[in-house]
Amino acid sequence: MSGFRYAVSDTLVLAKRNFLRIPRAPDLLLAFTVQPLMFVLLFAYVFGGAIPTPGHTYIDFLIPGILVQTMAFGGFVTALGIAEDLKKGLIDRFRSLPMSRSAVLAGRTLADIATNIIQIVVMLGVGLIIGFGFSTSLPEIVLGLLILLLFGYAFSWIFAFMGLVSSSPEAAQSLGFIVIFPLTFVSSAFVPPETMPASLQWFAEWNPISIVVNAIRALFIGDPAGNTVWGAIAWSAGIALFFAVLAVYKYKRAVVR
Amino acid sequence: MSGDAAIEARGLVKSYGKVQALCGVDLTAPAGTVLGLLGPNGAGKTTAVRILTTLLPADGGEARVAGIDVMSEAPKLRTEIGLAGQYAAVDENLTGFENLDMVGRLYHLPKGEPARRAEKLLEDFELDEAGGRLVRTYSGGMRRRLDLAAALVAEPPVLFLDEPTTGLDPRSRLALWETIEGRVAEGTTVLLTTQYLDEADRLADRISVIDHGVVIAEGSSDELKDQVGGESLEVTLERSDDVGGAIAALTPLASAEPRPEDGILRVPVSVRKGAVADAVRRLEQAGVGIDDISMRRPTLDDVFLELTGHAAEEDEEDGEER
Repeated sequence: MSGFRYAVSDTLVLAKRNFLRIPRAPDLLLAFTVQPLMFVLLFAYVFGGAIPTPGHTYIDFLIPGILVQTMAFGGFVTALGIAEDLKKGLIDRFRSLPMSRSAVLAGRTLADIATNIIQIVVMLGVGLIIGFGFSTSLPEIVLGLLILLLFGYAFSWIFAFMGLVSSSPEAAQSLGFIVIFPLTFVSSAFVPPETMPASLQWFAEWNPISIVVNAIRALFIGDPAGNTVWGAIAWSAGIALFFAVLAVYKYKRAVVR
Repeated sequence: MSGDAAIEARGLVKSYGKVQALCGVDLTAPAGTVLGLLGPNGAGKTTAVRILTTLLPADGGEARVAGIDVMSEAPKLRTEIGLAGQYAAVDENLTGFENLDMVGRLYHLPKGEPARRAEKLLEDFELDEAGGRLVRTYSGGMRRRLDLAAALVAEPPVLFLDEPTTGLDPRSRLALWETIEGRVAEGTTVLLTTQYLDEADRLADRISVIDHGVVIAEGSSDELKDQVGGESLEVTLERSDDVGGAIAALTPLASAEPRPEDGILRVPVSVRKGAVADAVRRLEQAGVGIDDISMRRPTLDDVFLELTGHAAEEDEEDGEER
């Protein structure tokens, strides 16, 4: 039982370390909020007029999609940070300490939740200003926000794994872009998949990102939910668990047991 | 293996793919002493440290540190060791104090203890004024000191220092040496890797010279120097055409033939005591004027060159050991 207690307290110690980074490296946070905002404005005013979204204004259609995309990239700092810690020998120090083997990664992914909350607040704020409107009840909106955070947390674990397998912080960055970028675009996030060629449409409909986007649309703007809410929760939890196990295994691998 | 050594390794073997990093390395450090692991880049020093600090499993051999088996009792061992590496593994976005406090918490020290020890260590390492500043504002020497302080937070009985002064300016280097000596005086056992001979000479009680994954010599600094021959008198003559007379005068003292080299006459001697006075008297009687006369001991540089056929600080092509 003390093993579990240490795992929790070690994780909190490292989460605090990563929280403290946020106000101290404001350039990173700025990049993190400005980039999605740029996407909102680009899609809303440049592409939006050319994308028909039956039943919704494009802004209403766009905001859930772009929130999910932003959550998918929210764990970026984790990949960068872990790759940097590896390069600078900090991971060696942590591995030589009598601390929990999962805490370095769990502390990172936990701290990502804080940056993800900041991003959601900024983007929803701007969304509301440029015409986005909720058409659902408060409990549905809250559930939607929680699913966004769970989904972001799951992707933080993917990034944790990427940080561990990359040879450098730069490599971690491009690996993240190459894998996640197409995933978010070949989905229902920015356009209705029905407009895509058949094979892409098939992929987009099975893409877990689409399932999460559809769940958020159901919970924010009242699209028919179907099984998407449960699907989004199951996919997010599954991804989190799978990559947490994989990443911790990778972290421990070079260590004696 | 006997139980009283703080660090004891037998037959450590490790390869990375086709590269054989360690080919059966034995190391021993009695408690309270400094073992210097001396060798060029790529010799296997870092690999040995990584195995002994539980970061890397060995392919073969066995090792105990502080009486604890490195392979089978790794979690237990981690409470007994401190590691400071060549990378100054500290978080740049934390202050000096926050770095040490974090490490103390991760060692699971009792409540309040991490902060108390962090304060104390910052003071000991003359970082107390910088303790509240972010580490990214620190100089290279300050980062190394903080890194070493982090390794000492838990007051571990065994300390591993992997090239602790590589890249430091001479002043910071000397300060770090003094700190390490202080810890050893308090009973800490240290394994120190270095490619600097003067560092091993100054700090290490015993030195293992390692090259291409093999320990090629082991002993105290003096013992290693004796292996390449003893001391010699170095005489600088006032007039170089006196050299014949000088050789004749000093031959009775010499243990081997005196030989002139670059205007300096080297006379190997077997007895150190009184040799200088004796030589001065003999040269005076022979009417040979001298500018300078001194005893010269072989340096570890001579030792390294003799043992490996190449100089200690020469870079190998497979320099990266991580």
